[in-house]
Amino acid sequence: MNSEPPLVELRSVSKSFGNVYAVQDVDFQVRRAEIVGLIGDNGAGKSTLIRIIAGVHEPDSGELYVRGRKIARWNAAKARDAKIETVYQDRALAEQQTIASNIFLGREVTGPLGMLKVREQHAEAEKLMRYLGFTSKVFAPDSVVGRLSGGERQGVAIARALYFKADLIILDEPTTALSLTESRKVLEFQLRAKEEGSSSIFITHTIAHAYDVADRLVIMDRGRIAGEFRRGDVDLEALIANLQAVARTGHLEAAR
Amino acid sequence: MQLLRRDGILVERPAFGLSAGKFLRVHRALIGASGFYVALMIVFIGAAPSVFLKTDAYTAVFVSLPLLVIIAVPMVFVVAAGEIDLSFASTVGICALVFAEATQGGVNPFVALVLAIIAGVAAGAANAILVLYVGLPSLVATLGMYFFLRGIVQLVSQGIGIPLDFMQYSFFTRLFVGHIGSFPVQMIWGLGLGLVGLFLFNRHRFGAHICAIGDNMLAATEMGINVRRVKALAFMYVGATSAIVGVLSSLININFFPTVGDGLLLTVLAAVFVGGTPAWGGVGTVAGAIVGAFTISFIEPGIIAIGLTGFYTQFFYGLVIILSLVGHRFAVRHAR
Repeated sequence: MNSEPPLVELRSVSKSFGNVYAVQDVDFQVRRAEIVGLIGDNGAGKSTLIRIIAGVHEPDSGELYVRGRKIARWNAAKARDAKIETVYQDRALAEQQTIASNIFLGREVTGPLGMLKVREQHAEAEKLMRYLGFTSKVFAPDSVVGRLSGGERQGVAIARALYFKADLIILDEPTTALSLTESRKVLEFQLRAKEEGSSSIFITHTIAHAYDVADRLVIMDRGRIAGEFRRGDVDLEALIANLQAVARTGHLEAAR
Repeated sequence: MQLLRRDGILVERPAFGLSAGKFLRVHRALIGASGFYVALMIVFIGAAPSVFLKTDAYTAVFVSLPLLVIIAVPMVFVVAAGEIDLSFASTVGICALVFAEATQGGVNPFVALVLAIIAGVAAGAANAILVLYVGLPSLVATLGMYFFLRGIVQLVSQGIGIPLDFMQYSFFTRLFVGHIGSFPVQMIWGLGLGLVGLFLFNRHRFGAHICAIGDNMLAATEMGINVRRVKALAFMYVGATSAIVGVLSSLININFFPTVGDGLLLTVLAAVFVGGTPAWGGVGTVAGAIVGAFTISFIEPGIIAIGLTGFYTQFFYGLVIILSLVGHRFAVRHAR
């Protein structure tokens, strides 16, 4: 089968906040060009799990491997260097800054002495937004993000992942609060990224979205992974039945 | 070219580049601050033409105006990053003391300048530790540092000044606070440092990170920006420039005064806010702060020239600050 090591792998990772386990003893992996849908109730630990992968939360215990190599002292900057880009639920946008500065936030295009290459950033921003299908003339690289709609903001956040040619794109509830056409754009983007060899992990409460695009669905409950399915192995109704069983009992087997 | 309606205003939008409407919007704070300054000067020139149509009035103001510019510029970085620094006024004092003690002890003034800057950076680092590692709000932490550092100056100097008359005709003094004709050289240093700040803020990664942090600290962290490092640099930047001001100020007076810098505390902050940098962080204007320093510096001579007594000074400071802040408030359209 696939002898290539997983792109990212977590081994028995735990993270608690105070005395509450947000993620407990979780094994998780994502392979190249794989789309993983992360589903589960509120407080199941999905956001914590992806924030660990993104390097924002440091796990209390467990190991993290990237492309087969164990990484110590994982952090957000290292994650971005490893071509892991995250589109957060809050979209991590600085609202008073322009579209261009948000796309390049934390990794500006610079010349000698850290000088910003403003023109280059603008040109790239323009190209990216066009590619994502935002063609409105009012929608310029120097528009301030605070004035954009939810879908446009999501577009800016995704444009980041796109520009940095991420190998793994993590999307935290990417379709929440989006219109139908905007949601479709996001899902199409994931499929297109997959064709180009990129993987993505996404959290969603819309099971139909997860079912539509994910190769693998991972169900989380109370900080643990309760079970997982390959898409071909289960139909949408059985999946929903399983989810409800997990919510009641914390186990997958109960539904079978 | 095309016309389109935005915010109920017809704007002309060229095929590329900044449209007139957008230019006004992006630079509204600076334009507002400049407009305010020009209006103020027109009032002064109209009321006291015999004073303000001669260069003497300007060269007199330019003696101390650069001191305001030199600290107001880095203060924009601190404020845009969502913090405040009140300690700089005492940092000026302690750095001036370091410079005065060193030069009087026979140290080369250039070396003494470097020592003063090191002291200033250290004071900035102390602020950074209290705010970023201990977790104190910067308003409180730097207020404490303000008293603490001034206290050290008072203790060490025993409240007594140090004359620097031996430096009066030195190359060092002429280089930094001499005159070209009647034009004070420190104005060139002030504007030069202002330009450096302008570049750092608008065209350098540092400025971009400052704004990102002040705008959305969580987003900046998630995008891999080292928030503590960037904020610490901003505090140390203010510290370093405070040291320069301490040295310039002592040279201008040819004397170290234990109170040196205290007069700058509120005027520097006023220059930043009158210049159009809002107090909430995320945005700021260095050019505006420079214009703000001009506005603040001309108020007092303007009032005196008009023939009012010095008792009016604070009244008009207050009036000018409030009016310009109200103006900026209305210029900022988006709700917070």
